[in-house]
Amino acid sequence: MAGVTQDQDTIAEEMGMHTIPLRGRDIKTMFRVETEGGYGYPFAKDVDFNKRAEIDCEGKGCTFVNKRIRELMDEGHGTIVLKNPGAQHSLVVGILNRLNIIIDGSLGYFGCGLLDGPNVRISGRVGWSFGENMMAGTAIVEKNAGSTFGAALRGGDLVCRRSAGSRTGIDQKGGTIIVGGDTGAFSGFMMQRGRMVICGNAGKNLGDSMYDGTIYVGGEIQDLGVDAVQGDLTDADRAWLTRKLKMYELLPKKGVEHFTKIVAGKQLWNYDNLEPTEKKIIL
Amino acid sequence: MCGIAGLIHRNGSSNIGREMTDMLRALKHRGPDSTGFAIYGEPEKGEYVLRFKVAEQEELALGHHIHAEIADRRAKVDALLKEMGVNVTELADATEYAFRYQIVFDGDLKKLADRIEDIEGAEILSIGNALELIKDLGDANVVSDQYGLGDFIGTHGIGHTRMATESDVDIRSAHPYWAYPYNDIAVVHNGQITNYWLMRRELERAGQRFVSDCDSELLAVYTAANLEKGISLEDSLTKSIGEIDGVFTYLVATKDELGMAKDTMAAKPMVLYETDDLVALASEEVSIRAIVPHEIDTYDPYDEEVRVWRA
Repeated sequence: MAGVTQDQDTIAEEMGMHTIPLRGRDIKTMFRVETEGGYGYPFAKDVDFNKRAEIDCEGKGCTFVNKRIRELMDEGHGTIVLKNPGAQHSLVVGILNRLNIIIDGSLGYFGCGLLDGPNVRISGRVGWSFGENMMAGTAIVEKNAGSTFGAALRGGDLVCRRSAGSRTGIDQKGGTIIVGGDTGAFSGFMMQRGRMVICGNAGKNLGDSMYDGTIYVGGEIQDLGVDAVQGDLTDADRAWLTRKLKMYELLPKKGVEHFTKIVAGKQLWNYDNLEPTEKKIIL
Repeated sequence: MCGIAGLIHRNGSSNIGREMTDMLRALKHRGPDSTGFAIYGEPEKGEYVLRFKVAEQEELALGHHIHAEIADRRAKVDALLKEMGVNVTELADATEYAFRYQIVFDGDLKKLADRIEDIEGAEILSIGNALELIKDLGDANVVSDQYGLGDFIGTHGIGHTRMATESDVDIRSAHPYWAYPYNDIAVVHNGQITNYWLMRRELERAGQRFVSDCDSELLAVYTAANLEKGISLEDSLTKSIGEIDGVFTYLVATKDELGMAKDTMAAKPMVLYETDDLVALASEEVSIRAIVPHEIDTYDPYDEEVRVWRA
C-alpha cells in the first residue's frame, strides 16, 4: 500500500496538486481493505449484478421509489432499471452499496445524491444538484445537466455527455467531473480537491476561490475567477486526460493537447488568517 | 421560492388555459400561497378585456357589511365606465369580487385606468386586446376552476405560483404583474431584486405608477417604460441584466411575444424545452412534463441569457 500511495503522491505533485491528507471520514474505520469484501460498508447488501428488476416510477413519488430500491437490494437484485422517472426530484439517493442502476429517462432536482458505490446510467437529462456529495462509483448522464452538477463531490466519476449548468462542481472535494459540452458561470467555485474536465467552453469566473484541485478545459474560458490561474499541462496530465476521456468515449479526435489546465493560485490559502490589508492585495 | 412557467405556440392556438393550469399545478410545491395566469387569447377587433377586482379574498371574512360594500364599489366602477363613454359588450363575474368586462373604448387608456383605481378597493388586474390576467389565493386548480380557465384558447401565456417572502398573501402581491397602464404586457418573476427602491423611485420620478410593494412589479413597470420608449423586448431584457441588481429569472409576455432573462449569477432556475411548434419553460422540468408527457430534451439557460419567441 505504501508504494501505491507514494506513486499517487508523485503523480499528484506533477499535476500541481497538494498532497495534504484530507481530514474527515476515516476510511480505515469504515473500510477494511484487507478483509474479504473489500471496500464495502459493514451493512452492505450482497447483491447479484445478474439479478435484474424494474420499477415503474410513474405517479409513485420519490419516497416510494427510493424505498423500493432498498427492498430490491435486500432481495439480492444487483441491477435495477427505473422506468418513467418523469423528471421527478430526489430519486436514487443515499445508496451506499454496489449496484447497477439504469434510469430510462430524465431526473429532476437532487437526483443521485449521497451515493457511495453504485454505477448509474441515465438516458435522459438531470436537473439541479445531480450527484451531490457522491463518494464513490460512477454516474453517467447522456443528455444535459442542470446547475450545481456534482456539488461537493467527494469521489467517483460523474459524467455528463452534453452540457452542464452554472456552478458545476461547486465545493468539489474529490473525484472527477467530466462534461462533454459546456459549463455555465462559476464552475469549480470553491473547489477543494479532485479534477474537473470540461470538453467545451467554460463560463465566467471559472474556478473562483478554488483552494486546490485541477480543472481542464478543452474550449474557450470566458474568464477566470479569483485565485484561479493557468498551470502547465504535464505528461501526467495528458496521460490521465487521455485515459479518462477514452474510458467515457469523450476523447476528442485531436487528442488532449489543446486542453488548458487551471489550478489554484494559492493566494487564498489560509485566507481567514490574513490581515485585512493582505486580503485587499489578493482580491 | 416561487415557481414560474410560460409557453408559446408558434403555429396557431391551443387550449392554453388547461396547459398553464397543468404546468402551474406541477409547481405547487414551489409556492402554495397564490396562483396567477397571464394568458393571451385571440383579440376581438377594437375590443379590450378589462379584468379588475374590488376587494381582496380575505375581506370576505370581515362581516356582512363587506358584501354591500363590494356591490357599491362595483356600481361605482360601472357608473364611471358609463361616464367615460366605455361600451361594455360582455360581462362576467367569476367571484363576488373579481370581474371580466369586454369593452369598446377609444379614449385615453391610462386615464381610464387611473380613474378606476381611484375608487376605493378597486384594482385593475389587466387591460388588453389579447391579455387576460387572473390571480387569486389558492393553487392552480382552485384558481383555474374558479375563473373557468379550463377551455381558454390562445397562443401563449405565463404563470406563477407564489411563496410570499417579503409582502402579504393577497391578490395585490400575487403575480403576474400587469405593466400598468400598458395593454398586453405581463411579467412573472422568481427571485429578489435588491435595488428595488432605488429603481422604483427613479421610475416614479419618470411618471410610472406602482400599485403594490412587491419587488416583482418593478420588472413589469421597467419593461413597460422601456417598450414605451421604443426599445424592443429583447433589448429591454438585456438591459435589465445590467441595471437590476439581485437574483432573478423572469418571463415577460406581450401581445405576440414571450421573453425570458436570467441574472448574472444564474441563481434562479429555469428549464427550457424548444421545438418548432412549442416553447415551454419553467422553474422545474416536471412542469413542462405536465403538458409534454414523453421524454424530452431540455436545457438550463445560462447566466445573462436572454431569449424572445414570437407567436
